[in-house]
Amino acid sequence: MVRESLLPLFEVLLPLSGAMGILIFGERWRNLREATTIAASILTFLGALMMLEPVMEGINLRSEIFVALPGISFLLKVDMMGMVFLLLTSSLWVVISIYSIGHMRSLCEHAQTRFYLCFAMAIFGAVGVALSGNLLSLFVFYEILTVSTFPLVAHHEDEEAILAGRKYLAYLLGGASLAFFAILYGWESFGRMEFAPSGFIPLGSPKGVLLVLLLAFILGFGSKAALMPLHEWLPSAMVAPTPVSALLHAVAVVKAGVFTCLRVLLFVFGPEVLSSMGVSLGFGIFVAFTVIVANLLALREDHLKRRLAFSTINNLSVILLGGFLLSESGIRGAVLHIPFHGLMKITLFMCAGTIYVQTGKEYVSELDGIGHRMPLTMGAFALCALGLCGIPPICGFLSKWFLCLGALEVKQWVFLMVFLLSSFLDAAYFLPIVYRAFFCPGKDLGGIREAPPIMALPLVATAIGSVLLGIFPNLLFHFWDLAQGVAMLVMGGGM
Amino acid sequence: MGEQLPALIVATPLLFSFAIYLAGLWRRRLCYPLFLTSLALSAIFSLWLFFRVMIFGPISYPIGGWEPPWGIEYRVDHLSALIIASVATVALLVGLSFRGRVEGETEPSRWSQIYALFSLQLCGLLGMTVTGDVFNLYVLLEIASFSAYAIIAMGERGAEFFAFRYLIFGTIGACCYLLGVGHLYILTGSLNMADLSRLLPPLYPSRALLVGFALLVLGIGIKMAAFPLHTWLPDAYTEAPSSASAFLAPLSTKVASYVFLRILTGIFSPHFSLTSLGDAMGWVALAGAIFASLMALAQQRLRRVLCYLIVSEISFLLMGVASRTADGLRGAVLHLVNDMFMMGCLFTGACAILHQLGREELVALKGLCRKMPLTSAALLLGGLSIIGTPPLCGFFSKWYLVLGAIEARMWHIVIGLLVGSLLNTIVIFRILEKVYLGAGHQHGRLYWDGLPKGMVMGLVIFSLSLILLGVFASEIVAKAIDPWIPL
Repeated sequence: MVRESLLPLFEVLLPLSGAMGILIFGERWRNLREATTIAASILTFLGALMMLEPVMEGINLRSEIFVALPGISFLLKVDMMGMVFLLLTSSLWVVISIYSIGHMRSLCEHAQTRFYLCFAMAIFGAVGVALSGNLLSLFVFYEILTVSTFPLVAHHEDEEAILAGRKYLAYLLGGASLAFFAILYGWESFGRMEFAPSGFIPLGSPKGVLLVLLLAFILGFGSKAALMPLHEWLPSAMVAPTPVSALLHAVAVVKAGVFTCLRVLLFVFGPEVLSSMGVSLGFGIFVAFTVIVANLLALREDHLKRRLAFSTINNLSVILLGGFLLSESGIRGAVLHIPFHGLMKITLFMCAGTIYVQTGKEYVSELDGIGHRMPLTMGAFALCALGLCGIPPICGFLSKWFLCLGALEVKQWVFLMVFLLSSFLDAAYFLPIVYRAFFCPGKDLGGIREAPPIMALPLVATAIGSVLLGIFPNLLFHFWDLAQGVAMLVMGGGM
Repeated sequence: MGEQLPALIVATPLLFSFAIYLAGLWRRRLCYPLFLTSLALSAIFSLWLFFRVMIFGPISYPIGGWEPPWGIEYRVDHLSALIIASVATVALLVGLSFRGRVEGETEPSRWSQIYALFSLQLCGLLGMTVTGDVFNLYVLLEIASFSAYAIIAMGERGAEFFAFRYLIFGTIGACCYLLGVGHLYILTGSLNMADLSRLLPPLYPSRALLVGFALLVLGIGIKMAAFPLHTWLPDAYTEAPSSASAFLAPLSTKVASYVFLRILTGIFSPHFSLTSLGDAMGWVALAGAIFASLMALAQQRLRRVLCYLIVSEISFLLMGVASRTADGLRGAVLHLVNDMFMMGCLFTGACAILHQLGREELVALKGLCRKMPLTSAALLLGGLSIIGTPPLCGFFSKWYLVLGAIEARMWHIVIGLLVGSLLNTIVIFRILEKVYLGAGHQHGRLYWDGLPKGMVMGLVIFSLSLILLGVFASEIVAKAIDPWIPL
């Protein structure tokens, strides 16, 4: 069921007006500027919750803004899939804006107005990606997200940061032009744009066209999802301040990439067309390669944030692989893993950032004994690291459960092994960090203190949240029901 | 009065250019207000004409009451109305920024001359768009070109040399055009475009006609700076006074491109011209887009970078034409209009930078965003629009261009458009990086960037127009471009 409503439009405009407010207040009224960030984030979150109820009842809210091109309108639509990403982005924005105020102020960072402005613009892009109803509006917001993240990546303005920024732009804009081509080619071939559950591409379309489209879409949007071999920008982008890493990894950027890939797979192609193409195994192996190799690379990284970056690359491909399984549980696991991974990864990044602010340490090998000095931070870290390995009752367990189940449903033993091996490797590089922090005796720990509340609170909150969501997955956000709804909707087309 | 509009929009700037010169002899301060009045009147008449044509359809106006094909006909259809309206609007917006700028870079004795020449230039450009007569078009083309040579020669060191070089190139182009017109006249005995398009089809197999066609295309190709005939452009527009490059660069190559489209579709049948040009045009345009973007990367001065971007944008437009599809042509026309505004925005920004910093080397732009946030924002929007970031207007024209190429299954053009855009991205971000990521708290922020009010107004309106053109892209295509599409 579809209902015309202005809510999606307002929801998208909230972060944008927040950005305008930040620009107006500027450095001169910095407290007002920060208040604007927090107010906008809370309002955006409340807006998302307001739309949750109709979406849970199966009503899609639509607002058509204007006709952008003949036959194609600039369309916003909230469905269950978009709702998952919207809830993730808007809720984590609240957390990360509180954290980033503490982080940026205690490091006395420069150009803070630009930072908050671009941050809000990036959220604007991400919310837009979540709410887009067709490929055109999706692409518009996708590009806004890409461009507004560039100044954040290059925030430090030294040579390394600018190089990372260039790399980021090269990969993402290159990918975007491939996706642009795919969107146009699809429009030219099928004359449709609007997402439909289980796809709008008709069965029996020419196979060559479909293959070109799928390749262009996956490589194009996959660059944002850090799919190997297009992942190089993500570890490089670790030079940015920690809140930016959190934005990249958990809140918006790569999540938007993987969300867009799933959108295209499930709502443009649809499981029927994909399975008729008979390429999902090939693509699955391509993605599975990233899953394993990213984790192997993470093993040898000593830089904490880079290690986390490779873990993200791994998890994104896990999500994508879930999409390529084309089974109900697989999709359900993939959709669930988007918010769950986001929640756990943002905690890990906030912990890494807090360690850096409090001690100046960036390398895993320096963390000996730090757990005794910063029990809250390292406790949250340990909890979420365990969650990413898939230990119950932390939420990572649930999504991985469904992913494995999905592999079993379609009798793809290879992919089951991939998921299990990936979890094993997760443990292999996360647990040593926890071990070092709590069980190795540290040297020169004097003067290291637990983080101030403005930084400690958000990370403890998200860590507790990831446990709570593991036990009550329907808590507040209804992620469980939403994921189930998406899976049923997509597979409802019949298989 | 509505029927007189085609003549009015040519006569107004023409008469004003005399008035400006004469008034300048008496009181120098009168020149600028008169110039601005001339621009404003032209813009009002042009917009009026635009809406009239959109509502009541094309207008034909016989000059002096002589009926075509004997007399000169001014003919305004949907396409020319769109171009006229954009030319006059961009000219007005650029003109707003002249107060303080022109006075700063030319000697007081030249003020009356330069303003008179600007007005004359506008007369030529608008005339080229309204006229329905190939010989009258030549006359107006020369009016526009000669005023351009004179204005460019007023620049600083070495400008005379580059103006002279431009004059040689431009005259060769004009001669080619005139020779082409001669061929057509000998073959048909007519100079009226509509008449020609009726008389020519039986002659299509003729060699002489093909030569005439080639000469016309070559002549206009030089004027529109189509690769590889673009070599005069970067030097001429960089050495010119900054106000002159802001006025000439967005407009003159674009109006020449309009004439190019007119020759291809209004005088000859689109089928004939597109098959005669053949695949070669697509490949040449592709090479041009890549070459110009690479050249832009190698430049150190802001205006030179922008000049090479003009060449690359013209190549995009030609690629749209070369795809021989309705969508490709839509894209070409939309890109023509968008590019006027984008280049107007960027060149006015360059003007503002020269006004404030006195130099335009890219290294000098470091940390510009702190000193001149407004100008930086205009550069940002203009640049993002050039590289086709949605929802700015450049995205929508690229949409049509690529769509047209896909429809025609011309994959080399698709790749050319995408790769060209990516190269432009590097060019633009090379500038933006300096502007926004350059070191520094050292500059204090200036009040309104320290710019004259007119310039601020011009920059703001230009930046907003890039967004509005994007939002109204489908309206423009449906109302103004679609009725013209000849395929």
